[in-house]
Amino acid sequence: MDRMPRWADVILIPLISLILAALLSALVILFIGESPIEAIKLMISGALGSTYGWGYTLYYATNFMFTGLAVSVAFHARMFNIGGEGQALLGGLGVAVVLVYIPWPHWTIALLAATASAAAFGAAWAALPAYLQARRGSHIVITTIMFNFIAAALLNWALVGPMKAPGQEPATVSFPEATNLPTLHDIFGIIGIDWSRAAPANVSLFVAIAACVAVWALIWRTRLGYEIRAFGYSEPAARYAGISPFKIIMVAMLISGGLAGCMAINNVQGEAERLVLNAAEGAGFIGIAVALMGRSHPLGVFLAALLFGFLYQGGAELALWMNIQRELIVVIQALVILFTGALDNMIRMPLEKIFLAARRKSPPPPGPDRKSTSAEAAE
Amino acid sequence: MDFLTTLQVLDSSLRQATPLLIACLAGLFSERAGIFDIGLEGKMLAAAFLSAAIAAVTGSVWLGLLAGIGASLLFSAIHGLASITFRGNQLISGVALNFLAAGITVVIAQAWFAEGGRTPQLMAGGRFEPIVLPGALTTSAEIAEAGPLMQLYSELISGHGLPVYAALLFVPLTWWVLFRTRFGLRLRAVGEAPEAVDTAGISVIGLRFAAVGICGVLCGIAGAYLATGLQAGFTKDMTAGRGYIALAALIFAKWRPWYALMACLLFGFLQAVAIRFQNIDLGVIEVPVQVMDALPYILTVIILAGFVGRAIPPRAGGQPYVKER
Repeated sequence: MDRMPRWADVILIPLISLILAALLSALVILFIGESPIEAIKLMISGALGSTYGWGYTLYYATNFMFTGLAVSVAFHARMFNIGGEGQALLGGLGVAVVLVYIPWPHWTIALLAATASAAAFGAAWAALPAYLQARRGSHIVITTIMFNFIAAALLNWALVGPMKAPGQEPATVSFPEATNLPTLHDIFGIIGIDWSRAAPANVSLFVAIAACVAVWALIWRTRLGYEIRAFGYSEPAARYAGISPFKIIMVAMLISGGLAGCMAINNVQGEAERLVLNAAEGAGFIGIAVALMGRSHPLGVFLAALLFGFLYQGGAELALWMNIQRELIVVIQALVILFTGALDNMIRMPLEKIFLAARRKSPPPPGPDRKSTSAEAAE
Repeated sequence: MDFLTTLQVLDSSLRQATPLLIACLAGLFSERAGIFDIGLEGKMLAAAFLSAAIAAVTGSVWLGLLAGIGASLLFSAIHGLASITFRGNQLISGVALNFLAAGITVVIAQAWFAEGGRTPQLMAGGRFEPIVLPGALTTSAEIAEAGPLMQLYSELISGHGLPVYAALLFVPLTWWVLFRTRFGLRLRAVGEAPEAVDTAGISVIGLRFAAVGICGVLCGIAGAYLATGLQAGFTKDMTAGRGYIALAALIFAKWRPWYALMACLLFGFLQAVAIRFQNIDLGVIEVPVQVMDALPYILTVIILAGFVGRAIPPRAGGQPYVKER
């Protein structure tokens, strides 16, 4: 029985979770002796008040779209991929390997090659945990956590060892200028819009949006997507229908790892234009919050990524102008994950009661819409 | 490598292994009762911060320890609420709590002490001082001249903070509680077959909350030792993945107390070696220090893959218990 209308499940519950997270964060700000209203004003003007702010917001949002989609695709197969961080780090290595050692004539070809390489490296990093889950039953959560640490050690070794540029810093050489991606300043300049030159948002934003559309098409418009969702709903039923669990686990995790790896075209090729230590900066973990908030639907992920992009840029402004550390964003992120992911029932149970009570008073409209819905699949 | 250097590395291994061991036993209680806890890291971090803060303000390491346990218990309570009361996803709850600790410790530390997200350096009374066992030598010059047995006694066995000895005691204590008491039997049962425990008229929820509470107390001690014993104050992200290494050790130990001791000593040894030596020259090849950093995780993946014995978690682990109606 449907206890709640679909809009409540898709919009109301994430919204209430977000409001709770915001209220608790406001309490934290009050507790450390600053004004929450000042803080939110500063965040809005800092993140959305100029093309410079928007440029950073969209840059962060691009990262989070990739990692959010990565977590979502795994969620559809009822897999919890915490390894987005490590896969994104490996994606960076993939980008660096392609761009440092091969001379590319133009950024378009370089972007294609870097995307392919980043996806391949990210997918490869997800492959072993996926295989161990599918064949040996090792818990994917634990193995992907372990692989995050192994990835960090690997990158550390590569950047102080074989790939290190001359100088003090553990980083590769800067990529050749021909491979630098056009920023929004260059793109909007063509149609005469004056966009801030300093902001790092670049053409990979459009790749991320395309990835959202592609994931939507994959999950809801292809046979493979149907199989992934069926497996996520019920493994025995999927098995009975002739769907191979091994294939679904492998494919879902490879796509997931590939998407996380693709993040590197934004932060490594687009922004830093070389590979530095800890390039992913926790974006792989924010993907978890984004996917939970967005109910594993690409449109939801897109919106949640924008929201977290705003929080990230706004948080940087807070650290700059008020005595509030940037880590406040980590607190908000944690609260969002807690409320939308773990304490979901705390919000859902009272809401269900309210809707049930409301329904008893007024007779329900005849024949409620019972189509299989995307939001339910995301559960 | 001479005998004294070996002793010094082992001595450092023991200290590095202590927070791992206490956190590992914490996870053991929780997971044996069927509550997965990947939030060990966050609980330790919260405890490390509050214990260092209170020890710095009051100058008493004991008040610091209590505060650390309190912080860790608060996190445990949230985890219990999410995963037992509201039957949420235990893994997601653990992830969230790790982030919560990583963020809130720095935000509050900056607002409180304004030293860039750290607490002030702890003075003598605010730390766990080394306990010198009777007859042990204390200065390094004296130890260098003593005989091998005296060196072993003075360098390795004597001169640790109280939590180190306590951690070693916790191992038989945990074994005894889990395998020789009624409470332990029930606790293990609730992680294997909660429906059976429920049928016997014992509260599944109560037992699980008790296990999560014990986990909180132990994580609090582990975190407090980190900030007031191993180091002299809290710094941002000071747990540095130790909670995850403890989790790895727990799997490595196949959820058994004595194996946990072995696993934590091994992982502590790897950390001590990585701290003392950078790249290790084995003559034929040079082992980079990053291999030492990654080795605990690699070993755990191998164990998880079931190539060296099988690690089977408690059967009802990770699943919320729903009473039959």
